[in-house]
Order: sequence, then C-alpha cells, then structure tokens
Amino acid sequence: MKKVIAQTEIDVNEEGYMTEFSQWSKEICVCLADEQDICMTEKHWEVIEYIHEKHNNEEPLSIRGIKKSGVINIKEFYSLFPGGPLKKSTLIAGIPKPKSCI
Amino acid sequence: MKNLVILGAGTSGTMMANHLVKKLQKKDWKITIVDQYKTHYYQPGFLFLPFDTYTEDQVKKKGGKFIPKGVNYIQKKIEQIFPEDNKVELSDETLEYDILIVATGSKIAPDETEGLLGPLWQKDIFDFYTYEGALSLRNKLREWEGGKLVIHLTEMPIKCPVAPLEFAFLADSYFRKKGMRDKVEITYVTPLSGAFTKPTCTKALNYLLEEKQINIEIDFAIERVDNDNKMIIDYADKEIPFDLLVTIPTNMGDEVIERSGMGDDLNFIPTHKHSLQSKAHKNVFVIGDATNVPASKAGSVAHFQAETLTDNILLYTKGYKLKEEFDGHANCFIETGNNKALLIDFNYDQEPVHGTFPFAGIGPLKLLKESVFNHWGKLAFRWVYWNMLLKGIAIPFVSRNMSFKGKKFDIKAE
Ligand SMILES: Cc1cc2nc3c(=O)[nH]c(=O)nc-3n(C[C@H](O)[C@H](O)[C@H](O)COP(=O)(O)OP(=O)(O)OC[C@H]3O[C@@H](n4cnc5c(N)ncnc54)[C@H](O)[C@@H]3O)c2cc1C
Repeated sequence: MKKVIAQTEIDVNEEGYMTEFSQWSKEICVCLADEQDICMTEKHWEVIEYIHEKHNNEEPLSIRGIKKSGVINIKEFYSLFPGGPLKKSTLIAGIPKPKSCI
Repeated sequence: MKNLVILGAGTSGTMMANHLVKKLQKKDWKITIVDQYKTHYYQPGFLFLPFDTYTEDQVKKKGGKFIPKGVNYIQKKIEQIFPEDNKVELSDETLEYDILIVATGSKIAPDETEGLLGPLWQKDIFDFYTYEGALSLRNKLREWEGGKLVIHLTEMPIKCPVAPLEFAFLADSYFRKKGMRDKVEITYVTPLSGAFTKPTCTKALNYLLEEKQINIEIDFAIERVDNDNKMIIDYADKEIPFDLLVTIPTNMGDEVIERSGMGDDLNFIPTHKHSLQSKAHKNVFVIGDATNVPASKAGSVAHFQAETLTDNILLYTKGYKLKEEFDGHANCFIETGNNKALLIDFNYDQEPVHGTFPFAGIGPLKLLKESVFNHWGKLAFRWVYWNMLLKGIAIPFVSRNMSFKGKKFDIKAE
C-alpha cells in the first residue's frame, strides 16, 4: 500500500508499518509520531537511534533489551510511547513490527 | 580417531545421535552425548497432563532407550564449554572435541520476574512447561472450585509459542465438561499485540476466543506479581487480578551457555539461521531451542533442522562448503478444545496459510481450520515422537523445507 506523508509517498503494510526502510526520514518520522499523538523529544530520538542500531544488527527488539539498553528504563519507555511502546516506537522508526510465531 | 560431542540428549540431541551414528564412519569418529537426566520427557504432553488427558507414564521414558548403540552416553552435568580450546568440562571429567553440537534447549526462568517465586508459587501460581509444574497444576485443577483463571505469557521467545493459547482453549472445554464453566472467568494475557499476531491467523482464528468466551488483555509487559493482593501488574501500572495464575515465565537457554560466554542476554547462542553453524566458532553447531534463530522453538522445527544439520556435519567433516537451506519450517498442531485442533505450516518468510497437508487438495489434514482429524493428528504425534522422530526416521511426505503445494496464499479467497 502507498501512503502520502510529509509530502512524500511511502510504502506501508496494512497495519501502517513502513515496508521500505530506505524511504524513512526524520520528517516522515515526526509525521508518523504525530499520527500516534506523540511529540518527538530529544529522548524519543535517542530511542529511535537505539532501535535502528538493533535493526541494522538484526537483533530482535524486546522489552528486556530496552531494560538493558542503557538508553532508557522501561517506565520511561512506556511514558514516551504510551499503550504498546514497542509497537509504536517501531512504527515510527520505520522498521517492521517485532515478530513472533503466530 | 576424531571426537564429535553432542551436549543435551533431549529432542534435538537424541535425533542427531541417531542420524550421525549411521552416517559417520565408526573407525574415524567417536560420538559422545551428554545429559544430566536419566529421563527423557515428551514435553508436548505437558499440555495435556494438567487436564488429566495423559498420565505420567505417557510423557516420560528412560533416555537411554533412544540413544543408539555405538554412541557413548554420559549422564552428567555439563559445567562449562571452552570453545577456544575445543573442550567441555563435565562434573568430574573433561571431553575434547573436533566437532561440537550444542542441543541444551531452553527452560523457564521464573526468577526473572519479581514476585513470581513468592509465597503463591505452586499454591495459586503454576507453570506447565516443566513436568513438576504440569503435575502440581493437575492436582490443583482437580480440586479447584472456580474463580478468575489468568493464563499469562511473560515475554517472547518461548518454546511452542502456541501452547499458552492451547491451554486456554483446553481449559474452556475442561471446565465445560466438569459442568463448572460458569464459575470460571478465563483471561488470556499477552505482551504481544494480539492472541494471533500474524495477520492471516488473526483473520482466520479470532472467532475462537469469542466462541469460547475467553477475555484477552494485549500489550501487557509484566513488571511484578503482587502476592498479597493476587494481581499481576505491568509497566504501565495495569493490574490484573487472579485466583489461579497459569504463567509461562521467561524462557532462557541453560546457565552453562552463560558460564561459557556463548549466549545472548537470554542465553541463546547466536547461530547462522540457514546453516545452523555457530556464528562465533566454525566447529560448533547449534540445534533446537538452544539457538537464537528466529524460528519457533518446537520439536517439529528441531526435526527439520536435524536433517539439514546432519548434511552439514558431513560436509564439514569433508571440508566442503555448508548448505544454507534451513528455511525456518515449522509445522504445529493447535488444540482448540472439544476434541478439535488446527494445523499451521509456515517458515521464516511465509505466514501460516489455508490449504491441505501434506497432500495438495487431498490432505487429509486441513491447514488453519479446526477439525477432529487434526486433533487425532496431535494425539498421534506422541507415538510418532517416541517411535520415529527421536530415532531420526523421516516422517513420510513431510519435507524439511516448506512445501507450497496445495496451499492458498490469498486468505481473502477463503
Ligand atoms: C508445554 C509444551 C508443549 C510443547 N508442545 C509442542 C508441540 O506440540 N509440538 C512441537 O513440535 N514442540 C512442542 N514443544 C516444544 C518441544 O518440546 C521443544 O522444542 C523440544 O523439546 C526442543 O528440543 P531440544 O533438544 O532443543 O531441547 P530439550 O528437548 O529441552 O533438551 C535439552 C536437553 O539438554 C539437557 N541439558 C541442558 N543443560 C544441561 C547441562 N548443563 N548439563 C547436562 N544436560 C543439560 C537437558 O537435560 C535436556 O535433556 C512443547 C514444549 C512444551 C514445554
């Protein structure tokens, strides 16, 4: 599916996750965050950067990983991305939703 | 004479011993397998123990029965692996190897969650991922008079990812049969964004929860268990009260992996996902639940992996390039209660699909659809496990890589 955001056309799946990471930009990120009622702060960007790093190394994201990341603690993570922080932060970061079996 | 050492004689290790004893020349290779326990458990049976469907004897046998002649079987604890020195230290001896296969599996780590091992553990809080846990839960269910039953999954990955849902479905039919379903409120609590996170499964299966009146709480990442008020509490301060909590604690690889400095933060070993070679050491191979590959941790997956790994061990002994063919193939029955089950077939890239299995158009098993036949399939699996799977006998017509024949990829066509 195509979606126009920040005057750019991006490819997304039916849940709104970007399917082409190369299309991601900071401008798109801000708009995607806005759609989730999230206003990006310094701390948000730090988390996004951590998520990108994990994604580039093909390391799975998890709440446990966040706890050990040294970037943020879990309570803060919840307050930055209320209601499903992994789901929301990955959507904004332009990477696939964390996977599981079924 | 060279040494091949297999660590762990569970599903994967036992299969590898059976495969390799037939393939490696006896005069060139000595095969040794190590496990701490004498008993081999049929873990899929732990799902049925709590509901009195299986007896203790049906889920355990002497491990030695399945280790082939010609393989040196050692019953000792593995203390540490020294991959740089090609050595393994056991409780009171040291083994040297040319090739190592790590098959030490994964197990529950309830101590990872605050309060889980508190005063209610094994009184009102149970697991069914261990033999002991499944048995105490059976005893509890036999006398339980009802209330809030919470089935809870701590974090991914877990072995047999569908087992907690199956437990919820089976609990529904168990209490119905006992004539006390109206006294039990069932809630399924998951850290994921749905009971079925793959979109095709969600489309095809959401009706099951409604039909069985199972409540669902999603996106729940547990922070602690409040033993005094009988609640689980998550990082967003959501509280879920319970009378009986059936939990799947964090799953982790064995501590020996941590002691040996070979694992990630869950003690799973970084492994090449198509060849099953360890990422850090060329002569170390990893199979089954001990790997970090993004496939399901399931016996069926270990079975498909064992076929690829056997080929790769042989190629490695001859100095050839390894095959990179394991595709993450998993094939799981899902019990849905009332003597019915579903079957799903998928791999790293392909989500579970509709269709028939293993024969295109004929089946007899139906994918992603409930049927009594699938339930028989699941029950028959116990026989297949003891008599074929462990012995490394290929299951007829089921190929190691996912077959696309007879499958419908457009779920909307259903
Ligand atoms: C409740 C439940 C239901 C399941 N249902 C299904 C199903 O329906 N279908 C399916 O395909 N799979 C199912 N599974 C999963 C399946 O049982 C596992 O994926 C499978 O057993 C993995 O095999 P493995 O050899 O990797 O690990 P295991 O079979 O767990 O073997 C690991 C072995 O290593 C030994 N070991 C570990 N550390 C040490 C040490 N330090 N010293 C000595 N020995 C050690 C252990 O004693 C053990 O024997 C289920 C599992 C559970 C718990």
